[in-house]
Amino acid sequence: MTTRRLKDLVASKLMFSATVLLSLLVLVIAFALFYRSLPILTTQPLGELLFSSSWHPLRSEFGFYPFIMGTIWVTALAMALSIPPSLLTSIYLAEYAPSRVRGMIKPMIDLLAGIPSVVYGLWGVLVVVPLIRGYVAPLAGVTSTGYTVLAGGIVLAIMVFPIIISISEEVIRAVPQETREASMALGATKWQTVKHVVVRSSFPGIIAATILGFGRAFGETMAVLMVVGNVPNAPSSLFDPAYPLPALIANNYGEMMSIPLYDSALMFAALVLILLVLLFSVAAEIILLRIKRRYIVG
Amino acid sequence: MTSMSKPQIRIEKLNVQYEGHHVLKDITVDIPEKRITAIIGPSGCGKTTLLKTLNRLIELMDGVKVSGRVLVDGTNIFDSGVDVTDMRKRIGFIAQTPNPLPMSIYDNITYGPKIHGAKDRRELDQIVGHCLRAAGLWDEVNSRLREPASKLSAGQQQRLCLARALAVKPEVLLCDEPTSALDPISARHIEEQLLTLKKDYTIVFVTHILRQAKRLADYVVFLYLGELVEHGPAEEVLATPREPRTKAYLKGEIS
Amino acid sequence: MDKRRIEENFVKGVMIASTMIVVGSLLAVLIVVLLKGAPALSLSMLTQTPKGGYYLGKEGGILNAIVGSLYLAGGATAIAFVVSLPTALYLHEYAKRSKLASFTRQSLDILWSVPSIIYGAFGYTLMVYLGMRASLLGGIIALTLLEFPIMTKAMDETIRMVPPRLKEASYALGATKLETTFNVIARQASPGIVMAILLALGRAIGDAASVLFTAGYTDNIPRSLLDPAASLPLAVFFQLATPFPEVQQRAYASGAILLVIVLSLSVASRLLTRRFMRQVIR
Repeated sequence: MTTRRLKDLVASKLMFSATVLLSLLVLVIAFALFYRSLPILTTQPLGELLFSSSWHPLRSEFGFYPFIMGTIWVTALAMALSIPPSLLTSIYLAEYAPSRVRGMIKPMIDLLAGIPSVVYGLWGVLVVVPLIRGYVAPLAGVTSTGYTVLAGGIVLAIMVFPIIISISEEVIRAVPQETREASMALGATKWQTVKHVVVRSSFPGIIAATILGFGRAFGETMAVLMVVGNVPNAPSSLFDPAYPLPALIANNYGEMMSIPLYDSALMFAALVLILLVLLFSVAAEIILLRIKRRYIVG
Repeated sequence: MTSMSKPQIRIEKLNVQYEGHHVLKDITVDIPEKRITAIIGPSGCGKTTLLKTLNRLIELMDGVKVSGRVLVDGTNIFDSGVDVTDMRKRIGFIAQTPNPLPMSIYDNITYGPKIHGAKDRRELDQIVGHCLRAAGLWDEVNSRLREPASKLSAGQQQRLCLARALAVKPEVLLCDEPTSALDPISARHIEEQLLTLKKDYTIVFVTHILRQAKRLADYVVFLYLGELVEHGPAEEVLATPREPRTKAYLKGEIS
Repeated sequence: MDKRRIEENFVKGVMIASTMIVVGSLLAVLIVVLLKGAPALSLSMLTQTPKGGYYLGKEGGILNAIVGSLYLAGGATAIAFVVSLPTALYLHEYAKRSKLASFTRQSLDILWSVPSIIYGAFGYTLMVYLGMRASLLGGIIALTLLEFPIMTKAMDETIRMVPPRLKEASYALGATKLETTFNVIARQASPGIVMAILLALGRAIGDAASVLFTAGYTDNIPRSLLDPAASLPLAVFFQLATPFPEVQQRAYASGAILLVIVLSLSVASRLLTRRFMRQVIR
């Protein structure tokens, strides 16, 4: 075999191995976390771990319920705050904005996507928390430190904007001009065309964008951690503090080693997170497939 | 010999420019009422532009400049007081490539009436039945009205677009090469429908198939490089053209 | 008819308002962080490490974090590149539509959306297993894991856009797969590849959760791979919540510097892409 062909063969085998190894990385990670969670999994019933609210590591009580609820509250609020402005902005940029305006605004929004989460957290502490403490809470008749679910939701919502907007805007623009013309030719106004035809056509893409945004909100650690209060009780109002799962893991790194079973508990939290992400990815694909089938554009 | 009816559309000194090109130059012609008028000419000569100007669809493009008047039943469609969306109800449009809306067959047809305010379920059902029959599509789809329109064949989709255009009760139908994307059998379907419809609608269609013009047209308008070269009753223009350019085009010397 | 006009104008107003909210929040973040950090940015802040012990010393600057971040992100990006590029090229030219390719892409998608704290947690378990302590090396490992899916996915998308006729030209001249891949495909995709690298680098520099467990934190500049390393994101995180204003100043300065670095990377990647595009065939 010539040198050239030998090089080709060796290279392709090497690349193959690298690819295989890396494709298994997810499983490796999940397995490692599972392995490290075993101590706690074998000493506590799973039901209690997931549904008990009592979190007293010193007494070996590890109820994750408050953290799960904390994650759900903050993520749900973030999505509720983020989706309407994101969609409206996407539609505006794709269908209404003059190209100069679009050319200026789109890069700015992409820039938002690159800002590190600690910087968002810093901003949250400097701006959002005092605002809630000093204005929003009193307006609602509540006293609060400002470190609340609301703060986490607001900061997260801003972080999710660029994700939803950049994808949605693209899919909306991708709707073929003929489809728009068909609607306009029948005498529809621009908004009617957008509402009934354009958005409808791009719906699967918009859902995909939203799901992606949701995934980001769900796993975000630092920014939320810095503004959300980190009190291990399930929140019951927007002005309560919360303690999402990622924050739990991040915060207790220092104490992990000194308390028995604590590190295993945190690894379990990480395992729960990654399993949820996996579940989420699969669910997202299924949803997308079904939506595509129902809304065939043709 | 068909007698020419009174003009429904009067085009006066229409000029259209976009992207620096002067696409339509000083077009002045009358389109007769309830007849089929064919706009013929080599490709790229402004036929589609002329059609799209008549329902102001051309304005959806960037950088378009229009001057002149287009009078429909006496009113200039470019007047500032004219509501474009209302006007497009009266002047329907069928595109060259079928463009069904991303909805069911039923919803495609009711889309037009609904955006103009129709709500009554029975009225909408009636419209769907009536228009699908007028387009010659009823027999083929009446059992599957709720299926996505995208599942129809190209020929069926084009007839659907015809039905959809009829649903808003226009007076004029503009058709941009309505059969060029279709197979011969579907094309013939469309042609037959147009012939039936001319009793009730003024039809203006663009074509580059001379035989089609011969089959369908009562009146012919010949455009060459954006200029109106000749127009008149079909038998006259197609059989005994006066202009040399018309003669050359009909003989196939220019395309 | 008026009803439709009113609806149209109302909706347009709402859309513009929402765009202003989105753009406004971006500007708010940028302005506040930069304004707060700017007064803290002095030459001594940038060139000295903190003094006074136990991270709460009142003098000195953030050099430890700046250098630490550069080492961490630089090391991780280099390693990730060495692994990502061949994988992306392999997926494209060798594995194509095979089961391996779709499985790998699926995995990459999942890895891409895994929160970075998981990489930190995994890196930590690895370190415990190997008997390592929080160190520069640990941080680099965790960051490499973070960067790898981001880089590979971005490269994959770029490489897909290489027109088939270029590859055909190369094969028609008798080139092997290896030669075609590295001489033609990689070259054509080079602007996109550079963007992928900058993208991953920017993400790594800004990430706190993955280095939290693995890189440790220190007032000093790491002198070996086994020393702990400070990083800008953690510099913000740890120093923000202290009651000492001097320490908080360091947190603001770190935040501002971090923001400036990440934004510059963004702008740089856009500009570089434009320059590279000239060499590339359209």
